[in-house]
Amino acid sequence: MIKRSDFPILKSKIGGRPLVYFDNAATSQKPQVVINAVKTYYENFNANVHRGLNPLAAEATARYEAARDIIAGFIGAKRQEVIFTRGATESINLIARTWGEANLRSGDIVLLSVAEHHANIVPWLQLKEKIGIRLSYIPLNRSGELDLVAGAKLLKRPRVKLISVSLASNVLGLRHDLEKLLRVAKKLNIISLVDAAQAAAHEALDVKKLGGDFLAFSGHKIYGPTGTGVLYGREELLAALPPFLGGGDMIDSVALDGFSVNELPYKFEAGTPNIAGVIGLGEACKYLINIGWSEIKTREESLRDYFLKKLETRPFIRLIGSGQKKLPLFSLTIDGVHPHDAADLLGQEGIILRAGHHCAEPLHRQLGLTATLRASLSFYNTKAEIDYFFKKLDELYQAF
Amino acid sequence: MNYIKLFKPDSDMDIYGQNIMDHYKNPRNVGFLEAPDASRRETNATCGDELVVSIKMKGQKIAALKFQGHGCAISQAAASILSEELVGKTRKQVAGYKFADMQMILGVPISERRYKCAMLGLRAIQKALLK
Repeated sequence: MIKRSDFPILKSKIGGRPLVYFDNAATSQKPQVVINAVKTYYENFNANVHRGLNPLAAEATARYEAARDIIAGFIGAKRQEVIFTRGATESINLIARTWGEANLRSGDIVLLSVAEHHANIVPWLQLKEKIGIRLSYIPLNRSGELDLVAGAKLLKRPRVKLISVSLASNVLGLRHDLEKLLRVAKKLNIISLVDAAQAAAHEALDVKKLGGDFLAFSGHKIYGPTGTGVLYGREELLAALPPFLGGGDMIDSVALDGFSVNELPYKFEAGTPNIAGVIGLGEACKYLINIGWSEIKTREESLRDYFLKKLETRPFIRLIGSGQKKLPLFSLTIDGVHPHDAADLLGQEGIILRAGHHCAEPLHRQLGLTATLRASLSFYNTKAEIDYFFKKLDELYQAF
Repeated sequence: MNYIKLFKPDSDMDIYGQNIMDHYKNPRNVGFLEAPDASRRETNATCGDELVVSIKMKGQKIAALKFQGHGCAISQAAASILSEELVGKTRKQVAGYKFADMQMILGVPISERRYKCAMLGLRAIQKALLK
């Protein structure tokens, strides 16, 4: 069951006003069980994992690896297909640096969409500089949805080797029908990477059903600790990849003139990992499973519809991105009020929003915008908070 | 951080001071001077705000200053206020302006997170005059 009181920060105040947290797309708040898991680890089990034949290390390792099992179940993967990273950004970079550098040649094409987060553009631009790959971008239709027809056409161009697209946009707030494109890619033997950073907080991920080869998401956007993330990859693909970072844990054995690599998934986890964070992330996944995705979805759709209804009566607000599969995520422009002024002044009223291009500068440029004001909601938000947001927004609009 | 309350009597919301809102809504000296002695385009990359300033000099003093651009109320109002404030000031005087001066000119406390907004116009003018 959804319980707002599970999230201690939501009881706090900002400058004497109740906190209204509408920046969940940037990072979500953490339930008490996640905070406790991190605390309990440091208070009782802190030791380095996979090392040392001592009981404390054994306990830390057992808890760390138990989290991997939970997360594997959470996305329908095998445990050796779950690689822990610092976040979706690192997961995507890992693929660019390992799969990309091993498989892409000058002139090969990586297919993205214009709505991608910088984390799914810059690593490929880096490869463009390094080995001369080309980037191609799937356009959007007028309402902001991914143009699937154009996407399928682009996939059929010669030399397309990889498609890397987000499952849901962090600006448009739309969940794309990516499955269709992933099926086309598979038929054409094109490798696919799904950036699920935004989608992961709103639906049950099933890597098999989805059908991509790789999938990336961040822990902190799904109620887990910051500095945690996951890279999923099909086992045979991961096994064939060269290692990413070198160091402890990722090696099998090291000599003065060479090394051999550890088995999956440790091969990609060099150095001491974020043990407490991963344990916390496992707890976050358990927390979401316990609530149940259908309850989360129902609540979020009801908040979304309420928000959209409020927008309807306000012609001075423009919503960027609308479609069938709309998340409770709204990027807005307000006549006469710059997004930065709105975020700053509403922030002083306790409403936490984000203004800017939300790490999607190419998309904003394409839309002819320099910035938007983004309100992104979670299941723990309330209709009363939405009322308060619009009341304050109306006052702001009238004052400007 | 307290902003001066005003504008909407039935609202308890703190909006920027009257000075800022006045200059934001009715900016002075908007445009580009013909054959300027100095000009400069300056942007805040992270927020997309942009200003182009053009300056006419009379000896060492600013004779006229115009600006055009887009951005938030703080950045645009600050540029508008400066376009009046700095006329008659010498290069040396303008070079000496700092964040504290901008806060005084704007008439309200500016929080750290708006530092770049408040400084955009001044930065453009100072760089234009730096030769």
